Amino acid sequence: MAEIVSLPDGIAAVVNDGDTIVMEGFTHLIPFAAGHEIIRQRRRDLTLVRMTPDLIYDQLIGMGCASKLIFSWGGNPGVGSLHRFRDAVENGWPLPLELEEHSHAGMANRYLAGASGLPFAVLRGYVGTDLPAQTDTIRPITCPFTGEVLTAVPALSPDVTIIHAQRADRKGNVQMWGILGVQKEAVLAAKRSLITVEEIVDSLDPKPQEVVLPSFATTYVAVAPGGSHPSYAQGYSLRDNAFYTEWDAISKDRDTFLRWMEANVLQTESVA
Amino acid sequence: MTATYTSDEMMTVAAARQLHNGTVCFVGIGLPSTAANLARVTSAPDVVLIYESGTLGAKPDRLPLSIGDGILAETADAVVSVPEVFNYWLQPGRIDVGFLSAAQIDRYANINTTVIGADYHHPRVRLPGAGGAPEIAASCREVVVVLRQTPRTFVDRVDFITSVGFGSGSGDRQRLGLTGSGPRVVITDFGILSPDAETCELTLVSVHQGFSAEDARAGLGRCRQDGLRGAPPRGYTGLDLPHGTYCHGRMVVERRYRTMTPR
Repeated sequence: MAEIVSLPDGIAAVVNDGDTIVMEGFTHLIPFAAGHEIIRQRRRDLTLVRMTPDLIYDQLIGMGCASKLIFSWGGNPGVGSLHRFRDAVENGWPLPLELEEHSHAGMANRYLAGASGLPFAVLRGYVGTDLPAQTDTIRPITCPFTGEVLTAVPALSPDVTIIHAQRADRKGNVQMWGILGVQKEAVLAAKRSLITVEEIVDSLDPKPQEVVLPSFATTYVAVAPGGSHPSYAQGYSLRDNAFYTEWDAISKDRDTFLRWMEANVLQTESVA
Repeated sequence: MTATYTSDEMMTVAAARQLHNGTVCFVGIGLPSTAANLARVTSAPDVVLIYESGTLGAKPDRLPLSIGDGILAETADAVVSVPEVFNYWLQPGRIDVGFLSAAQIDRYANINTTVIGADYHHPRVRLPGAGGAPEIAASCREVVVVLRQTPRTFVDRVDFITSVGFGSGSGDRQRLGLTGSGPRVVITDFGILSPDAETCELTLVSVHQGFSAEDARAGLGRCRQDGLRGAPPRGYTGLDLPHGTYCHGRMVVERRYRTMTPR
């Protein structure tokens, strides 16, 4: 059964130096508070996995927490570049960043295989592109029934998956709704999981198109109100689109970025 | 009064005109989303918009500001997971039109959104990467590409093939087993290109109103420029839309014109 813990205790329990970690959330419900706690705990040498690295991984990369990134689209949505990601890839600052690059369809299927307990997934994808030549985890496979050549990608089975959700009950059952991306698959694919929530309630009344992660399927739950800002939690907060735009100037310059992180992440306390 | 408009607005309108009632469209954020919603509130109210965040049949009453904007989930016919969007809806060929953009495109409409520079490991510019594009380009029945026209965007060979247009020419899509028919049009801020029926080479076929054929030909690299065949450009007759147009990321109900800014 999931244990309800504080966010700092939860991060300390699930994230170790050198781990492969997933923090998912497709625009919606991105677990920023948890990411900031990882930065405060100064974890190092992480393999970061996420379809869209977004600002959260830009911050982790710029703070030197990562040595490798497994991803499919690394931009600031609607704004432009992720400057810390680019600086790491183009100039090796603050550390070189190894890339394992996929498409969205490939990443989604890798999580699906992980959640399903399978070693790989099959899809029609990547054919004719230059991605297989650069990414070792994209290989052709022949269908044993029709002889058709398809593409195989290996399962993702991270050490830990961290997501943000709307609510949990006191037993640790987690309820989320709205755009849910690959979060369920990512949690079920992982060895350990930590779910931050807006609030803990006595009972979970049904919501349209909800997903409930049963308490027995997760490891830790931590309360982190507003923990997805500048992303959003449907029913609780709105996306801070202005901050996504402001991040472009904050992150463009190394010193400006470091000063911002010092004032807004390192010198702050965890919310719970 | 002479109607004026920005080149981005003209591109948006030209892209909107590619969509019709009942078209099922896979939409990316930015100009494609603006164009798709413009079509939905004007000429094609029954166009079906699918966003890769998992919202099927979204009907936002303001322009979404991100691919996962809450307004998409609140107005959708269904909200599904990302694996389901790609596996159940895109991969089997249930989507008519995919909208894509590009940092580089070549004369066979192959698209690069990964790296600028010959060495993948030491790129001159690291671009965002593939996202949903390779499978959108492979599996939608057809593809509409929208991008601004500069000598840097239209190149002889893309530095990296992120998404396949027509590979190295006629017959390549079939050889690769790609199920969709590939790019049908490439819309730029100056005009429209289409693949040649035989060779699949991109060919300039139309020039937007307000530009000359010479304007449109500049910066097209090795794309064919004989498609106009001396005839007057099949230009558009301005932003003639029943409910106005979109400006600055929001829906503007009254018609608004701004100064056109060709480079």
